[in-house]
Amino acid sequence: MNCIIVDDEKTARAIVSKLCSDTPKIEVLDEFDNAIEAIKFLNQHQVDVVFLDIHMPGFSGVDFIQTLKDTTKIVLITSDTNFGIAAYEYEAIVDYLVKPITAERFQKSIQKITNALDKRFSEVFSETDDVQRVEDVYINIDRRLIKLKFKDILFVEAKGDYIDITTIGKQYRVHTTLKKIKDKLPERIFLQIHRSSIINFTKIIDIEDNSVLIEKKVIPISRSGRLELMHRLNLL
Amino acid sequence: MSHLKKSIMDKPNLDYIKQLADGDTAFEQQFISILKEEFPKEKEVYLKAIVERDWYEASQIVHKLKHKFNILSMENAYALAVDFEEELKNSNEQGNTDFVQVLDLMDSFIKNI
Repeated sequence: MNCIIVDDEKTARAIVSKLCSDTPKIEVLDEFDNAIEAIKFLNQHQVDVVFLDIHMPGFSGVDFIQTLKDTTKIVLITSDTNFGIAAYEYEAIVDYLVKPITAERFQKSIQKITNALDKRFSEVFSETDDVQRVEDVYINIDRRLIKLKFKDILFVEAKGDYIDITTIGKQYRVHTTLKKIKDKLPERIFLQIHRSSIINFTKIIDIEDNSVLIEKKVIPISRSGRLELMHRLNLL
Repeated sequence: MSHLKKSIMDKPNLDYIKQLADGDTAFEQQFISILKEEFPKEKEVYLKAIVERDWYEASQIVHKLKHKFNILSMENAYALAVDFEEELKNSNEQGNTDFVQVLDLMDSFIKNI
């Protein structure tokens, strides 16, 4: 993770910088003796943590916090021992340190920051994952990641160590297994009807005893696959 | 015993800095240089604010100075500064004489390290 230090006292900045340099997982990007310069920097860089002296002349900590991106976390630094409760008014604030900061207390703070950033990361990852699971899947073709919308996929067939993904107007050969692609496709529109094929059953034109027709392709269907398909279809 | 009497019994030291440095003598030297550079400026700003009867500015600089008392293990001076900062916010500069004595003690220590 990276950080900046904002404190009008050079001695205080030197102490935080030293504590950071003794901590392998945190890198100091820059130091600032005033909030304005820090805000300018924050507008141009992705910063994980701001070590912020809450008591600086001509500056409101609240204004500063409100200018931050929601991914940036803050550790307040203060000389006041009776600061506690007010420190957690904002979600961005993960900890507050009372000067002079000890190495032990600083390490606890690093742990709190790590937890807060991990939590944020998993939330973002989860949000992204949900969106992709609903809308599309990325396949790797010649080191390019190609996005396929679920609704455009007609069927998928196993071909030895590869699979063929047929979409409207195009076919892609991917080095993976049918099981892996099956796990990525939503069950609400995809069904494995044979050990070597998965279909988008919303694209079926017709069904015969042991096959289905999708576009111009006749795809074999196993007995268990047929039973499952019949169960899923809206039959009259 | 008053804060002042206790404060002038404080023995400033570099224990905190040495503990932080943990053998990193380059950091120790760098920190001492910063202290020697920053403290006289802050003392000057404080004295000027008192002369100009700018109690708000004086309270701000006392706030900064109290951190340095902490760094140099001057616990009683820190307590004195906490009270005096509040007094200055109420435009009460009666603690000035005591505070200047503490600053002089600190000044003397910093000049000799």
